[in-house]
Amino acid sequence: MELAGLLTYGIFFLTLVGIYGLLALGLNVQWGYAGMLNIGVAAFFTVGAYTSAIITTAESSGHLGGFGLPFPVGLASAMALSGILALGVGLITLRLRSDYLAIASIGIAEIVRLTLKNEGWLTGGVRGMAGIPRPLAGLIPGYDATLYLLLVLAFVAAVYWANERAWRSPWGRVLRAIRENEAAARAMGKNSLLFRLQAFVLGAVVMGLAGALYAHFVRFISPEAFNPLFATFLIWVMLIAGGSGNNRGALLGAFVIWIVWSATEIFVTRLPEDLVTRAGALRVLLIGILLQVILLARPQGILPERPPRPERHE
Amino acid sequence: MDILQLLIYGIVLGGVIALGAIGVSLTFGILGFANFSHGDLMSTGAYIALIFFTTLAWPLWIALPIAMIATAALALAIDRSLYRWFRTRQPVILLISSFGVALILRSLVQMIWGPDTITYQTGIQMPYRVAGLRIRPDQITILLCTIFLVLAVHLFLQRTKMGKAMRAMADNPNLARLSGIDTERVVLWTWVLGGGLAGAAGVFLGLDTRLHPEMGWTLLLPIFAAAILSGIGKPYGAIVGGLVIGIVQEMSTLVIAAAYKPAIAFAILVVMLIVRPTGLFSGRSTV
Repeated sequence: MELAGLLTYGIFFLTLVGIYGLLALGLNVQWGYAGMLNIGVAAFFTVGAYTSAIITTAESSGHLGGFGLPFPVGLASAMALSGILALGVGLITLRLRSDYLAIASIGIAEIVRLTLKNEGWLTGGVRGMAGIPRPLAGLIPGYDATLYLLLVLAFVAAVYWANERAWRSPWGRVLRAIRENEAAARAMGKNSLLFRLQAFVLGAVVMGLAGALYAHFVRFISPEAFNPLFATFLIWVMLIAGGSGNNRGALLGAFVIWIVWSATEIFVTRLPEDLVTRAGALRVLLIGILLQVILLARPQGILPERPPRPERHE
Repeated sequence: MDILQLLIYGIVLGGVIALGAIGVSLTFGILGFANFSHGDLMSTGAYIALIFFTTLAWPLWIALPIAMIATAALALAIDRSLYRWFRTRQPVILLISSFGVALILRSLVQMIWGPDTITYQTGIQMPYRVAGLRIRPDQITILLCTIFLVLAVHLFLQRTKMGKAMRAMADNPNLARLSGIDTERVVLWTWVLGGGLAGAAGVFLGLDTRLHPEMGWTLLLPIFAAAILSGIGKPYGAIVGGLVIGIVQEMSTLVIAAAYKPAIAFAILVVMLIVRPTGLFSGRSTV
């Protein structure tokens, strides 16, 4: 019994690590590759989650749809809508200094949050959306969670592979060039705005995918489930701790920080009753201090960025 | 009639935003990064005032300066312990660090004072009625104090040597450095001034509405919008920007649902970034 419980928790834990890993990989394309500050990660994640939920749930009077369409359609729509949102934000802010993107992205996150809460016809408002189907359920009875974990890990592997390819490709090289010295990249005839826009949209598409996978995992979503600011912050800490610009680092960071975060939860639940309401703040405080320590002591992260070795031409 | 009433609310809110925007504008101009912890610095100031104003029941004119000094000291301490080490690196690292500081400050406030809303004083204040318009005594206090503080900042920037050095740094940091300005001292005064004003803005926001751990963060977007609207690095423009944002936000409730009030600041910001990214008063280039 003890072992089975541990196994169930392990599967739950790894699924969330996989979803956060996807978010970190998406942010890595935006920040690690192209140096774009997106403080609105949660906005794209949320849009992905709600889109897929609306597409795949059964018809409900509580919110728009649901349309009862299959899971792949939900995923595809989630990715598409996140991408379209990113395209809009990117077109406005990417020609400006990175600070402006950061400011505009918190604006987007704020608007998404307000919409969730106030547009009940669309999202179910504070009541949230229930009954989101989990794909592959019932395929092998009793192994639903395991199968879903494998599905999430397959997506992580696919995105990791694509990210690595992009990193080594000429496209990734141009992004790094723009990040390091935009004027020089432009002098070489590269359309820096276009490259940045592509990286921003691609990163957001991955975040939308992560959101959709999250919705199908927890099967109930509500505005309370998305503390947008904190989700964004946690992903930033993951990427910086693991190593910006390094995809393995992004995944390792997601794993390590999620362990730290879960460990603080165990610690906090042992506190006396009257302190528990304030304990959530203590966990955020610890992660905030952790970020500062990493920035001071090891800004390159656990696995620093490594530019690909140039190919030899004998 | 409704419009005039909203105008009054807008001016009060605009004053609070302006005080915050002056600080954001100075730190952006002088240190070159968008300080994401400014809003939470405001909250911290508001809660510090709570100790003296509510718990100890001291008068506002003592509690307010104490809160301002404490917030300025806090801003300075954060700079000495964290930001100073990042200054030689890319400015974006400062931004990320300040984002973390924002969450640290907010969770500290939440741990000490709890997550619920608090008011400075219980009971209902009878508003004054002038020509059918309502204005609360607190709001008059806020307006008078804001005008006083803005004048003080104006005199500081115009009449003192440090003020001149700060304006020079905000206009052109490299040129200022070349002409022998002690940049470390300028940085110190930037935090003192920005932190003090943030503390005051927090107290006024608490007086006007209520105290909540997220009160400052929710005002951060309007503050950035005000600073960008007026041209970043232009402290005077920030006053105009603050008033415009405050008034438009309040007026917007005539047209759209009040729940979307914070989105208005964002809409102005976006329009501004598209139409005139240097701001109304041609601040620092945004490209």
